[in-house]
Amino acid sequence: MARIAIVIFPGSNCEYDAAAGMALLGGETEFVWHSDRDLSDFDAVILPGGFAHGDYLRPGALARFSPIMESLAAFAEAGGPVLGICNGFQVLTEAGLLPGALQKNRGLTFLSHDTTLMVASTRSVLTSGAERGQELVVPINHFSGAYTCDDDTYASLLEHDQVILRYRDNPNGSRGDIAGVCDVRGNVVGLMPHPERALSTLTGSADGRVLLESFLAACRVTH
Amino acid sequence: MNYNVIVEVTLREGIADPEGATIERALPALGFSGIRRVHAGKSFRFEVEASDEATALELANALGGRLLSNPVIENAVARLAANG
Repeated sequence: MARIAIVIFPGSNCEYDAAAGMALLGGETEFVWHSDRDLSDFDAVILPGGFAHGDYLRPGALARFSPIMESLAAFAEAGGPVLGICNGFQVLTEAGLLPGALQKNRGLTFLSHDTTLMVASTRSVLTSGAERGQELVVPINHFSGAYTCDDDTYASLLEHDQVILRYRDNPNGSRGDIAGVCDVRGNVVGLMPHPERALSTLTGSADGRVLLESFLAACRVTH
Repeated sequence: MNYNVIVEVTLREGIADPEGATIERALPALGFSGIRRVHAGKSFRFEVEASDEATALELANALGGRLLSNPVIENAVARLAANG
């Protein structure tokens, strides 16, 4: 069974959602405190949503200096699957493990509602089991979710097929409607929407399954 | 020697500034006219212990670039404030 580390920063608050989601799909998770350094026992790492270090300064700005981040960078460099959800995505961009940055939403309001995503690329560990163009209903829950980058970075994202998910109806002002990106090799992924909250039609949508099932499958392949 | 330093963090040219735009839109309703190109940013003030001004500014600029700003979207510039 795939063993997945869920990193908890002071202020993380979606770690139980992530753990419950992975358990539902057959993954075994363990919480890892941000001041730990050892990720050697794990097949994959999830940075969950929340407000790491209170989001002080900027979301992810202080989390980037947590001791675990050095091990995480090495884990990612070695090809290990890494998933940042919402605040986790913000942490990954601040740490330079993913390109771009997340800015305050265009309308300066906290957004908490379902969005329709379109799968833009299937070459990442999060989207390998989906189909390009597939529409997925997944909720968002954020204040700083407007994906931002300069022209060169945007061109590079397109050239390397790193945009994995786009909003159908851009809710937050993200450049190019971007909801999620991956690194050049596709093993590090980040997205603002919460697929771990879209795993059952009982609670609205089960469209997050294909994403997290892809991620689980990647854990089993790479390790 | 202690130097009082201010680091100003502003969005890079071309990066959307929803706070600045919102403030600017609110101005007419508040009775302010003739104010344009509003930009929002952050300001940090701290003391630096260093041998001279140049060294203090160098340290403050390093802090500005590494932590106080996100270089992907922001610029950080340090300057000396009046001591005291």
